[in-house]
Amino acid sequence: MIKVANLHKSFRSQKVLKGVNLEFASGKITTIVGTSGCGKTVLLKHLNALYLPDSGEIFIDGVDITQLTQKDLYEIRSKFGVLFQGAALLDSMTVFDNVAFPLREKTRTSESDIKKKVDARIEQVGLGEMGGKFPAELSGGMKKRAGLARALIMDPQIVLFDEPTTGLDPILATSIHQLISRTQKEFGFTGIVVSHTIPQVFDISDYVAMLANGVIENIAPPQAFCASENPAVQQFIHGKTEGPIQVL
Amino acid sequence: MVSFLGRTGRFAIEQVGGMGRMFSFLMSALALAFRRPAKIYLIIHHIKTIGVESLSVVALSGFFTGMVMGFQGYYSLRKFNAESFLGSAAALGLLRELGPVLSAFMVTGRTGSAMAAELGTMRATEQIDALDSMAINPVKYLVSPRIIASLIAMPLLTAIFDVIGIFGSYIVGVNLLGVSSGSFFAGMESSIVFHDVYSGFIKSLSFGLIITWICCYKGFHAPPMATGVSQATTESVVLSFVFILVWDYFLTSIML
Repeated sequence: MIKVANLHKSFRSQKVLKGVNLEFASGKITTIVGTSGCGKTVLLKHLNALYLPDSGEIFIDGVDITQLTQKDLYEIRSKFGVLFQGAALLDSMTVFDNVAFPLREKTRTSESDIKKKVDARIEQVGLGEMGGKFPAELSGGMKKRAGLARALIMDPQIVLFDEPTTGLDPILATSIHQLISRTQKEFGFTGIVVSHTIPQVFDISDYVAMLANGVIENIAPPQAFCASENPAVQQFIHGKTEGPIQVL
Repeated sequence: MVSFLGRTGRFAIEQVGGMGRMFSFLMSALALAFRRPAKIYLIIHHIKTIGVESLSVVALSGFFTGMVMGFQGYYSLRKFNAESFLGSAAALGLLRELGPVLSAFMVTGRTGSAMAAELGTMRATEQIDALDSMAINPVKYLVSPRIIASLIAMPLLTAIFDVIGIFGSYIVGVNLLGVSSGSFFAGMESSIVFHDVYSGFIKSLSFGLIITWICCYKGFHAPPMATGVSQATTESVVLSFVFILVWDYFLTSIML
């Protein structure tokens, strides 16, 4: 369903992605792990063409999205839901309006149907009575939940999660992980999670891919990933400063 | 020498590239403004922000500008025993020049800076990326309605500035300095023609476009950090002021 082939990306003189090759299994959760600043978010933002690569291809359902016009790109993007690192809720709107926003802007759904659907999604992410609150009135965990409700409102085939638990305490992080796992089972989307919260994130992942030095070092189910003899994987899992991953 | 030429060349290419990006941003915002569906509710919201909320500061600055023109005009005209032309001088100055320019400055300071800061913050907190990822064109949603709103609000604000300014110069000229009320209005009536009002209207319209264009562009492309937002806000205000004055010179030379 999603295939990345020989992806390269630089920002000025800094080479971030140096030939990433990766396939994401449909209907499963794949987690991309790696050190801070290694390019995980850059890779994630290429998947729905928020960034365009210097070279390489990204295929979504067989279509190379790097060659599309903006109009076609928007059609591809409607297959995606995205939970941003800081949730990226629109400040000027309440939680309800944020979740309803894609429906109001992209569909001709009646207000009564929007209300039913939005209320259901807000309930599913555990924010039952918070629909009338503004993002500034929410805690970090609540914002992530609201962001997830918005990401799921258009019933996307693919959901991207950019560091969904960064900045949260361990209990809240577990609850967000459980929420991702539960909603994935319920809606059956392909989940792509960027995280460095190991080993907790392994519990919700079907596959774990490791990005280091601009390439994918290893991709495997969590148990096989941990057992991998790849020195970069072992260095990352055990948090060693010495090894093939250069620590900045 | 070679490195100096290289640096100069790079600087020139960056500047030309920057101007091209700004122009293409404007063209895309204008093109999207006329593409359906029209965001009427957003246009009304921004008319309120740009127009209604700037009303008090525009009215106050118009009133004091008019009063100052009353004093300065009276001082200059008295040297030629032409105090009776005070109404005409004040109205011409306000309608043709001071009304459009000063109300544009007020709107830049009050609303333009806020636009740049708001869009810059939206960039820094990934809200613009979120719109893009929801397949909603952020330029159409955030910029085009602001441009239409400013094209509607700016001429109205300028008209209010002009009227209140003339009232301010009337208070000073007639009530404080003793110019006759009849000659104040008679001079104004005989010397003001439609072209004076029209040129002020065209100026205010183009200043509205300049303010929204520059402030939205700077905010939209602000580096995603706190200093990036502050830098974008400062640059948007300074650049708007400069563009307004330069464009004012060209328009005045064409429409004189």
